[in-house]
Amino acid sequence: MSPTRKNLVICHLYPELMNMYGDRGNVIALARRIAWHGMECRVEGASIGAVDMAGFDILFLGGGQDREQKQICVDLKEAKGGRLRDAVEAGVPFLAICGGYQLLGKHYRTASGQVMDGVGILDCWTDAGEKRLIGNVVLESRISGSPRTVVGFENHSGKTFLGEMAAPFGRVLNGFGNNGEDGLEGAVYKNTIGTYLHGSLLPKNPWLADWLIDRALQRKYGEQLSSSLDDSIENMAHEAAIKRVSRRTV
Amino acid sequence: MDPRGLAAIWLAKIATLLSRATGKGGSTFPGRVALAVDPWVLRKMGSQAAGGGVLVTGTNGKTTTSRMISAICAQAGLRVVGNRTGANLIYGVVSAFVQSCDITGRLRADVGIIEVDEATMPAAAAQLRPRGVVVTNFFRDQLDRFGELATTVLFVKRGLNLIPEDSGAFVALNSDDPLVASLGGGRRGVVYYGVEDRGVFSGDLIQSADIVNCLECGSPYQYDGVFYAHLGIYKCPSCGASRVPPGVALTEYLPSEAGSRLTIHTPLGAIVVDLKVPGIYNGYNALAATACCLAMGLSPEQIRRGLETYSGSFGRMETIDMGGKRVLMALVKNPAGFNEVLRTVAEAPGRKHLVICINDNYADGTDISWLWDVDFERLAGSRGAQSILVSGIRAEDMAVRLKYAGVDPAILTIEGDLGRALRSGLSDTPDGGTLYVLPTYTAMLEMRKIIHDMGHAKMFWED
Repeated sequence: MSPTRKNLVICHLYPELMNMYGDRGNVIALARRIAWHGMECRVEGASIGAVDMAGFDILFLGGGQDREQKQICVDLKEAKGGRLRDAVEAGVPFLAICGGYQLLGKHYRTASGQVMDGVGILDCWTDAGEKRLIGNVVLESRISGSPRTVVGFENHSGKTFLGEMAAPFGRVLNGFGNNGEDGLEGAVYKNTIGTYLHGSLLPKNPWLADWLIDRALQRKYGEQLSSSLDDSIENMAHEAAIKRVSRRTV
Repeated sequence: MDPRGLAAIWLAKIATLLSRATGKGGSTFPGRVALAVDPWVLRKMGSQAAGGGVLVTGTNGKTTTSRMISAICAQAGLRVVGNRTGANLIYGVVSAFVQSCDITGRLRADVGIIEVDEATMPAAAAQLRPRGVVVTNFFRDQLDRFGELATTVLFVKRGLNLIPEDSGAFVALNSDDPLVASLGGGRRGVVYYGVEDRGVFSGDLIQSADIVNCLECGSPYQYDGVFYAHLGIYKCPSCGASRVPPGVALTEYLPSEAGSRLTIHTPLGAIVVDLKVPGIYNGYNALAATACCLAMGLSPEQIRRGLETYSGSFGRMETIDMGGKRVLMALVKNPAGFNEVLRTVAEAPGRKHLVICINDNYADGTDISWLWDVDFERLAGSRGAQSILVSGIRAEDMAVRLKYAGVDPAILTIEGDLGRALRSGLSDTPDGGTLYVLPTYTAMLEMRKIIHDMGHAKMFWED
């Protein structure tokens, strides 16, 4: 390892418990792209228990099944809550998908009305819904300034609503989004993104992967991401996913 | 047969002729017609099988296990009715029975060997009152349809609960899959089957396991080793819950030239089976079939003879001669199954030519995110594949997955059209060589038709 090469450390939270729907594809995409951009990359897992978040440059939290999610909820609040919040406030880029997104919100209300507190990093809350919202999704997101499309797949029964402090990740062009009602998808606060989109998300939306990498670089080195990669295959998959949705809705 | 049931069967038979005339297999439409006419037609047909019916369910291996059981029964002189092509929703099951009834509504079969989708278990159990159930394994599959794995297990449990224990029905369960084994808790008539050959441990750690926590107390299971995915020899370090020792056990698995050689211990003595299909997952299918047929009263020798006649089923590790070259077609539908197919492909010598076909129609599962849980890294590097064509509706997604697995984009070709992909793959393959075709379900049906139209394979209703 040459000392002049930049390096980024990805933290994959609860990799063995929160790994639904090919979530590890997002970590693979970040790690590969960081290397292709000419930097060093290391991926570390952080499971149950206290973990020092200070050494991490990008955080990732996937979705899980109900049983795992309850276990994680306790650990996130008790063992990781404070340090995780510090990292978010310090601008560490953080991507949370599906169940992970719900856990970062303020609370989750079950069908029987029981309220479980979340970590409260994102100003949003989730109510249990009756029907599952399933299918391909296309969004328009403006988090990088100009409008960009995002493609993915959603599968959730919880309906999420945003408070005043959270901006949406995008507007739904096709699909359900947060709740199937207000046309919004995901939540953004500082460099933290919560979203229902899996599929995997980052490989097919390379601009979003690079946005996270760019934020990490700016925070750690005060530099922007200047290199660009040959994303022709990724962009073909992106376009094919958009076409697939428009064909389905006809 | 009462007039209503008879009308249902007649109309369904007409529907069968119509759908074959239009080039479709007629594996579900006739069932739809029959059930619309008479909702209890399945019970009326099924109750005529003197030897009763057996339901085979679980995520992977349903079709192969059912066909192995059918092969054993046929070898033992029994006439079998079953949904042999893998159409395993209730309409497919009804269609299969309709085809086995004559025009007076009499069932021309002694036993029913029926594979059923997990979600269809309750309906199938209620209609058919089976004499036995075989459960293969539970992996993540089709999550977009069922929600989550726990829901899938619940469907099967609900089906089992509809079968009274005092009916004498047997349940054959995989002892190596904690989720499957949990279905046996306290029930009478349960037989367990599993692998005891520790030489088969895959050496892989469970990386995207479907389950890691004890079903009793929630602590992570400790494995002596895994055979594949989360199937292995496990125990819970905190509450002591552990794998049930299997009564029907694979004590030795050896890959062989033509397939594999299995040594299976049963309560009635051991058998050595020369199976014509490779892969430890087919070893599991043979074990499940053995456990089932023993419970049906067949002898170990009848089972051995029957298993040895089995030569692969429709699109599932099926070899097709293409005139000097071979196509080996293996259905892929979830991470556990795809990983085992890749492992088995890698066992053959030389660098491989592959065509991977990914569709996202309803029967394939509309969510293709599972591709990211498959270990395609195996195909990368100098010992990996020599050429890979990606095809099907989501060909581009597959290409992205392979790129991020480290496969050199130079050996990768995107060809959405299945026919062109197949022809191009065949021209890449040297004479005498094998082209590996790995399709999802609907792509497999399409590919099978393309190969048939090229004059090389039977259509499935001729199978």
